[in-house]
Amino acid sequence: MEYFALTNAWLIPLMPAIAFVLIGLFFKRWSALSACIAVFASAVSFILAIFAAIAVIGSGISVDAPFVGHVIWAEAAGLHFEMGMLIDPLSVMMLFVVSLVSLLVQIYSIGYMRGDKSFGRFFAYISLFSASMLGLNISANFLQMYIFWELVGLCSYLLIGFYYQRIAAREAAKKAFITTRIGDFGLLIGILLLQTVFGTVDFLELRQLLPSYIASYGTGTLTIIGILLFIGPIGKSGQFPLHVWLPDAMEGPAPVSALIHAATMVVAGVYLVARAYFLFASVPALLEFIAWLGAFTAFFGASIAISQREIKRILAYSTISQLGYMMLALGVGSLTASLFHLFTHAFFKALLFLCAGAVMHAMNDEADIFKMGGLRKKIPIVFITMTIGVLAISGVPPFAGFFSKDEILSAALSVNTPIYIIAVITAFMTAFYMARLLFVVFFGEKTNMRLHHISCFMQIPLVLLAVLSLVSGLGGYIYDFGYWIRFGAPQPEHMDISIAVLSAVLPLLAFILAWNIYVRKKWSADCIAARMGVLYTISFHKYYIDEFYAVLCRFFIDGIGRVMYFIDIYIIGGIINVISGLVLFSSTLLGKIQTGQTQRYAAAFLCGVIILLLCGILYFNKISGITAGGGVL
Amino acid sequence: MNIDLSSGLFYFLAAVMLFSALGIIYCRNLVHSALFMALCFISVAGLYAMINADFLAAVQIMIYAGTVVILIVLGIMITRRTTMERTSMPEKKYIFRASVLAGILFFLMSYIFITAGTLPTLNTVTLPDDTVSALAELLLDRYMLAFEIAAVLLLAAMIGAVVLAKGADEK
Amino acid sequence: MIIGITHFLIISAALFCIGLYGILIKRNLFSILMCIELMLNAVNINLAAFNYFLPMPDLSGQVMILFSVAVAAAEVAVGLALIFRVYRDFRTVNIDKLNSMKG
Repeated sequence: MEYFALTNAWLIPLMPAIAFVLIGLFFKRWSALSACIAVFASAVSFILAIFAAIAVIGSGISVDAPFVGHVIWAEAAGLHFEMGMLIDPLSVMMLFVVSLVSLLVQIYSIGYMRGDKSFGRFFAYISLFSASMLGLNISANFLQMYIFWELVGLCSYLLIGFYYQRIAAREAAKKAFITTRIGDFGLLIGILLLQTVFGTVDFLELRQLLPSYIASYGTGTLTIIGILLFIGPIGKSGQFPLHVWLPDAMEGPAPVSALIHAATMVVAGVYLVARAYFLFASVPALLEFIAWLGAFTAFFGASIAISQREIKRILAYSTISQLGYMMLALGVGSLTASLFHLFTHAFFKALLFLCAGAVMHAMNDEADIFKMGGLRKKIPIVFITMTIGVLAISGVPPFAGFFSKDEILSAALSVNTPIYIIAVITAFMTAFYMARLLFVVFFGEKTNMRLHHISCFMQIPLVLLAVLSLVSGLGGYIYDFGYWIRFGAPQPEHMDISIAVLSAVLPLLAFILAWNIYVRKKWSADCIAARMGVLYTISFHKYYIDEFYAVLCRFFIDGIGRVMYFIDIYIIGGIINVISGLVLFSSTLLGKIQTGQTQRYAAAFLCGVIILLLCGILYFNKISGITAGGGVL
Repeated sequence: MNIDLSSGLFYFLAAVMLFSALGIIYCRNLVHSALFMALCFISVAGLYAMINADFLAAVQIMIYAGTVVILIVLGIMITRRTTMERTSMPEKKYIFRASVLAGILFFLMSYIFITAGTLPTLNTVTLPDDTVSALAELLLDRYMLAFEIAAVLLLAAMIGAVVLAKGADEK
Repeated sequence: MIIGITHFLIISAALFCIGLYGILIKRNLFSILMCIELMLNAVNINLAAFNYFLPMPDLSGQVMILFSVAVAAAEVAVGLALIFRVYRDFRTVNIDKLNSMKG
């Protein structure tokens, strides 16, 4: 069974794909049936993923010796493309995470989406997403990965705009699509460059070719390729300049935010970098760039999250910040730390989003946290699970975030101290805004609203994810995550005591601070905001990035549009007008000939006859000259 | 070529024919034009008679000089209500151009006819004297199909004329 | 001078050109119709002359004239009908006024 799951890993993405086709084409109308199909398909692919993972552990497959399956996809002169699957601990870990979170989110959605008109459509999209994300995970080459990369982008677009009746959702979907497209374009160019330079886009072949290439040509071209490739993750994983779509993507339903915009799709960028790490690692400058960008994004996201009021927006900026963390870890050279954090983050962030969804569901789609309060007693299960999630993301031992964050911090400290300091500050801020969220929503004055019932479909995934948030870090630590998922030689898991103490104390300090501000009201939040002045305003307005883009857009697009308009009207239009004018002019000239008088036409006809006669006479004379006389008549 | 045929008769008939043709054009009164046309057709019939086409001469007089001219005169009479004087006369501005064109054409044709000097001027085959029965045999034997088609054509023309002219006096 | 085929051809050409000239300068539909008849007669003369002067075994040329006359008769009938029609619709037989098809 394990061996079957390993050699037929392509079945894992195929299951949700079949579900998508079945639901999309036939069963969209029947909500219960479509949900059953989707959940069943996800469950099957999850079971297969577990078996594949067992097989990988059991059969000694490692990142250095992966299991590879190839099918020739397209062959043309000089071009050779394969569809393949690359199964190593890295992809199996991703398969496990994605299929598990996807399964849990789908179960949650049954409760969350109940009564929605487009219930079937939702499950069709979610299944398509699972299929493409799982396909992305097992891709053996860049091209195949790119295809799935675009597919998940499409699903993201479809699901953000799920409530397409709402203008905001439509706009957000468009924004997400266009913004990630910018990144995807860079990625595409990078892939094409790879094909041109190396003649292959297969990960393993590239890995073998790379050292000799660097030895003979240096790293110049490689840097360019790396930067271009990295633009894709910047867009997809919401890194600094292209992060703007992620907060807006929260217009989609909460399960979508949990699955796509927290746990899986947005980490595709991290996964891509990890997959192509052999390439990035060979150019140190590139790694440093990634590290700084990640650090900046982490700090940047956290600083915005502090001042936001909408529950899902806070989480979205938190996601940006955490993704920055992962990039930072990659940049400082620790693939293990980054993917460990990816692993744990997927659980606790999905948990947080699902909790947020549950809260909003109960509060009748209220999003502003300051309109909530005192929900602790009313929805205790959400309170408990969300607390676990907050503790996990804040890095309180022994929750999951503690182990992964600790590893990132120690990796950063060993390479780059400024980045380490940024990371520590960010960790503090993360704990603070998460505590703020938790305290404001669940403590404080009680609202008298009648809360919606939260069904068991929603509760079970919350509990499961809470358990995973609790144990995934510890489990990863105990079972030596770094032995399986690594770059280069295996490093044993170790724990730096000073860093561990620091990262355990920092969140506690942050919690105390948040408790004093938001629960005991020792210090007024508004007062602090006013004291912070400009900083608060900047943070609240998200550094005015959106406005900046709007201005940029207006300037460039409208400016170019105006130039184009000018060209169109005066140059192209001018040419067209001249041509049409010529036609008109000549037609009026010709029209003058067309007097409508038959006799004129007869006269013209006569002229023609005369000319023909003349020609005939001349020709006849010539002939008779040659044949020396002799008539025809 | 009939030796007895006097060239004087030919020139006389040709002169009458051309003169009356010009008369058609230059007559102020349309009825006079029609009468000149009748004269022209009669002289053409004379020419036919000169070259052993007596049946055709009769046909010419009966159909052209008789029927066609009478039809045209009738038509002129029916549409007489508007003044014909203004429209019946040739327009001065066209005369020059038209005469130049027609003259060039005439000279070109004459040139061709005269330079093609090797035309046989004698009929070596003797034609039958009884042209009527010879024509009849030809029409009902070799040209049977064409004859029938001509009949159909005349029928169609008759119907067409009736349809077209129908209502010319109604309204 | 013996009257030969050339004489007949030349007078027929003259008649033809006079008819053409008339068509070009006249503005009355009746006059134009009459000039068309002149041109047809010119052609008929040619046929008769060829039949007489050229070595022909039978009277095929004259048969052609008969057909030509039949067609001419049809043409006159239709032509007159057309003129009536035009006269009824436009109250004129001046073809300069009949230019509603002018572009």
